Amino acid sequence: MDATQNGQSPQPQQLSQQGKKARRRNRHRRQFQHAQKQPQPPQQKPQQPQPPTQTKSSAQPVVNFEDLRGDFPILARTVRDGKPLVYLDNASTTQKPTQVIDAISDYYRTYNANTHRAVYALAEESTEAYEAVRDKVAKFVNIKDRQEIIFVRGTTEAINLVAYAWGRGHVRPGDIIVTTEYEHHSNIVPWQLVAEEKGAVLEYVRTDDNGELILDDLDKLLDTGRVRLVAFSLMSNVLGTITDADAIISKCKAAGVPTLVDGAQAVPHMPVDIASLGCDFFAFSGHKMLGPTGIGVLWASKKMLAEMVPFHGGGDMIREVHKYESTWNDLPYKFEAGTPNIADVIGLGAAIDYLERIGMKNVRSHEMSLTRYALEKLSAVPDLKIYGPKDASKRGGVISFNFQSVHPHDVAYIIDEAGVALRSGHHCAQVLMEKLDVAATSRASFYLYNTTSEIDALVGSLDVVAQKFAVRGKKEEGEAAR
Amino acid sequence: MSSGGNADIYHEMIVDYSRNPANFGKIENPDVTFHDANPLCGDSIDIDMNISDNAVSDIKFHGKGCAICMACSSVLTEITKGKSLEEVKAVGKDDILGELGLEHLQAVRIKCALLSLKVFKSALYTYLGKHLQDSGNSTDPDAADAGMSPEEIDRLKEEAAGLY
Repeated sequence: MDATQNGQSPQPQQLSQQGKKARRRNRHRRQFQHAQKQPQPPQQKPQQPQPPTQTKSSAQPVVNFEDLRGDFPILARTVRDGKPLVYLDNASTTQKPTQVIDAISDYYRTYNANTHRAVYALAEESTEAYEAVRDKVAKFVNIKDRQEIIFVRGTTEAINLVAYAWGRGHVRPGDIIVTTEYEHHSNIVPWQLVAEEKGAVLEYVRTDDNGELILDDLDKLLDTGRVRLVAFSLMSNVLGTITDADAIISKCKAAGVPTLVDGAQAVPHMPVDIASLGCDFFAFSGHKMLGPTGIGVLWASKKMLAEMVPFHGGGDMIREVHKYESTWNDLPYKFEAGTPNIADVIGLGAAIDYLERIGMKNVRSHEMSLTRYALEKLSAVPDLKIYGPKDASKRGGVISFNFQSVHPHDVAYIIDEAGVALRSGHHCAQVLMEKLDVAATSRASFYLYNTTSEIDALVGSLDVVAQKFAVRGKKEEGEAAR
Repeated sequence: MSSGGNADIYHEMIVDYSRNPANFGKIENPDVTFHDANPLCGDSIDIDMNISDNAVSDIKFHGKGCAICMACSSVLTEITKGKSLEEVKAVGKDDILGELGLEHLQAVRIKCALLSLKVFKSALYTYLGKHLQDSGNSTDPDAADAGMSPEEIDRLKEEAAGLY
């Protein structure tokens, strides 16, 4: 969109007072009006490659997932002397399609300008593109009110924001904050900080031998009447377990306790509907769903956001600043201080477009079949212990495993030789590692571009590990040593 | 970028040490003990030492780690056991890596290899620092023999911190 379309003079300093006001009003309105409009940056590249089907209806299109690989330039590269890259660390971060890379680069090349401030054409375009992504997010995860969507650096920042801006004002001495044993550090440490500062206690819902939460623990804790917040992940980043969020949230609602949901592992991989979930806070990250690093989303109800103090002070989050006091901007800007991460918000928008075209139900069913296949193949590897639910419908595409006698670090290092990128470590879940009584696990995690032949490559390279360390298991039992 | 050969570091000696580490275990009431961990990979090592006549009279390690970590910890205890404090202060990373043919270990794995050396150096300066303090209050001949100045202890601390 071009500023001259609005019939304004290019000389703002010559505008009458009235003209200035009208312009300000227009701008203000535009900020909230672009809900239906797509940003139209000038000189946009010819239509970018699109995933196979583009139906806008809610019916899920038929997708050939193998074909999608062409959209991801990095998947064409080789590693370790010409071996094709087998990228299986998607729970950590995902690769980016051309559509996302181009959206970011187009922004910098053609309409880079700060948002929400200046009146010139570029600023208008960047503001519109930025704000349009808020609407995409709202539609993608079903949020009714766009003003409740706050752009943050990622899930970690989102949870810290809640801990700081809500927790410090609401948690009192003797209160209990509840989290679970399979949380990522980002849903533990912020609560430890709040608990310590406020004299509150952090309690855990334990996991059972199948890697599922023991919800009786939650009942007992809620019965104390001292629980101030229940914070849990929608899907474990280590075990892949999908949390029974409905059960947890309904228990908490009955007890009048607010809930925070860490959606970092769930939102990229399955349909998520925040409005139906009925939680009070929800967080997720862009880079785990084909988007760029450094951008994520915090959703909180307006009621909660109104009760919260600002997280960061600075530009854009204020209404008026005087020498000794200030008033805050409307939502969501009250929580978006400083120049936002404009380019990566736009990149996140492109990632959402990409996923919407494929359909999240399709993504989920593709990953479920990969997971089923992998669980079957991995169970045949000698001496390999697989963690988490055995039933692929109860878990996402994340599988943690260990050789009983080989450290996961050595596993990852050896199979890297075959071009297989696999994570070994504690996966920022040391509380769970303690529970499993291991220092670390190996973890394979899938996304829409992974294939069964990549899982074969993984299993083949695990056999090399078994050989190297002369691991003996079910298969070799009774046989002579090699 | 150096190419390939990841699996090559898992030669017989490393695999053997990883399955049967040397000097693995605990010392009852050691003269000094120190613990450290690699926050990124979860390797976690404790070293216990007894010191007598200004020498490492006994040393054991325990903890969890990968094959590289276990092998390097084993080698470290083997080359320091029985040596004088003067000698073990001079033990450096090349002594450990060289022993196992890991001179060209990639940067991402160096911390696995050198965690135990870091713990060892830290244990040493903890011991010497404590000894120095004691010697200020007594005429313990051992302390005088150790002859360690605060500067030297600081240097040792820095060396331990800067290993990787």
